[in-house]
Amino acid sequence: MANILDAIRKNQDGLLEEWVQGIKSGVRRRDLIDDRELKAQSAEVLAAICDVSADTTLDNLNAPAWQPLKDLLAGLSASRAVQGFTPSETAMFVLSLKSPLFNLIQRQAGSDAKHLFADIATVGDFVDKLALHTTDSFIHGRDQVIMRQQEEMLELSTPVVTLWDGIVALPLIGTLDSARTQVVMESLLQAIVKTNSRFAIIDITGVPTVDTLVAQHLLKTITAARLMGAECILSGIRPQIAQTIVHLGINLEDVITKAKLSDAFRLALERSGRTVTRLEKSKGSALARYGEQ
Amino acid sequence: MTGTVTKTETLPIKDSSDVVFVRQRVRVWATEMKLSLVDQTKLVTAASELGRNTLEHGGGGQLEISEVVNGLRKGIKLTFSDKGPGIPDIKLALTDGYTSRQGMGLGLGGSKRLMNEFEIQSAPGEGTTVTVIRWK
Repeated sequence: MANILDAIRKNQDGLLEEWVQGIKSGVRRRDLIDDRELKAQSAEVLAAICDVSADTTLDNLNAPAWQPLKDLLAGLSASRAVQGFTPSETAMFVLSLKSPLFNLIQRQAGSDAKHLFADIATVGDFVDKLALHTTDSFIHGRDQVIMRQQEEMLELSTPVVTLWDGIVALPLIGTLDSARTQVVMESLLQAIVKTNSRFAIIDITGVPTVDTLVAQHLLKTITAARLMGAECILSGIRPQIAQTIVHLGINLEDVITKAKLSDAFRLALERSGRTVTRLEKSKGSALARYGEQ
Repeated sequence: MTGTVTKTETLPIKDSSDVVFVRQRVRVWATEMKLSLVDQTKLVTAASELGRNTLEHGGGGQLEISEVVNGLRKGIKLTFSDKGPGIPDIKLALTDGYTSRQGMGLGLGGSKRLMNEFEIQSAPGEGTTVTVIRWK
């Protein structure tokens, strides 16, 4: 088996030429990569294969000697993903090394069929594993992006905003699954204590679907807030959501609901003994004059 | 449950993120069929309820979304199926306020009211299939 590697080392330049030719005629994406870069990448891969110590074998890719090659391919896979290659195109890049290698083995083995078959099986296996490794790296990269985004989504969870002294609002956005609702409920209850609020407005304008689970979460939050002495107002109920809630049979009669956040805010102001009035014109102009001086 | 099926899509329901995806796909189908906003919301809400039932009571299963045509009428048919424990008493399950778990007990009956046609096939040990249609 070691003699395959020897043969590769001796014929490195010829192999590179044949490999690059093969890629150019077949799987190459002319729009994504130019000749020089392609050749440089191929040369790098071949060099990494030739660089391993003399006693390394092709059949155990987990040997530490192959680590540099695996790292190289993982890096290649990541950079190609950014360039817009699909994982199968990257895998094809590696797999296209098979045919020049097979040709080389055939020249070496001559008419010894048994030998030829054994070598081809070994090299085929080796190249397949390398190709799979590039795909694995690609998927691993994707997984990490997804995980990071999931964490970001949880962090993005709804801020509680103070609208006025003693009035807080919680604008809910997106899907309310159990994990997020828990975060949302805790932050609202804590904000009620911290700001000493008597009114909490929960706005569901940004919640696309209100089903029984979401309604149940909302009712639990409202009940918990009430236990803490705060009055809850549910706002942002759109017409289609209102009709759906009626058909579902969810009872929101014990909850104060408003169509718009502004209505809920006005109600909270009224209940806390405040009113919003427009400044009289004369006063307004008097203020303006005052400003000019 | 009459009508000719013109196209279908099958989605797996294996965890709670699948329920989110089910809602999104059903919304896309409803938008493509140009259902009114209220009907879209009703359909998506029912899909959410039934999808969650498939997951929580049926232990996972699948949803088949299809477009059905009956004469001049067009509609969306949703078929939720699982191989879970089945429903021993369908009439009781449809009763508002009855729940075998922690929910509000409105999902099944509510979905029936949200849709135009509603059918449950279930027997203990044989899984559950819920088929609903919302006509345009």
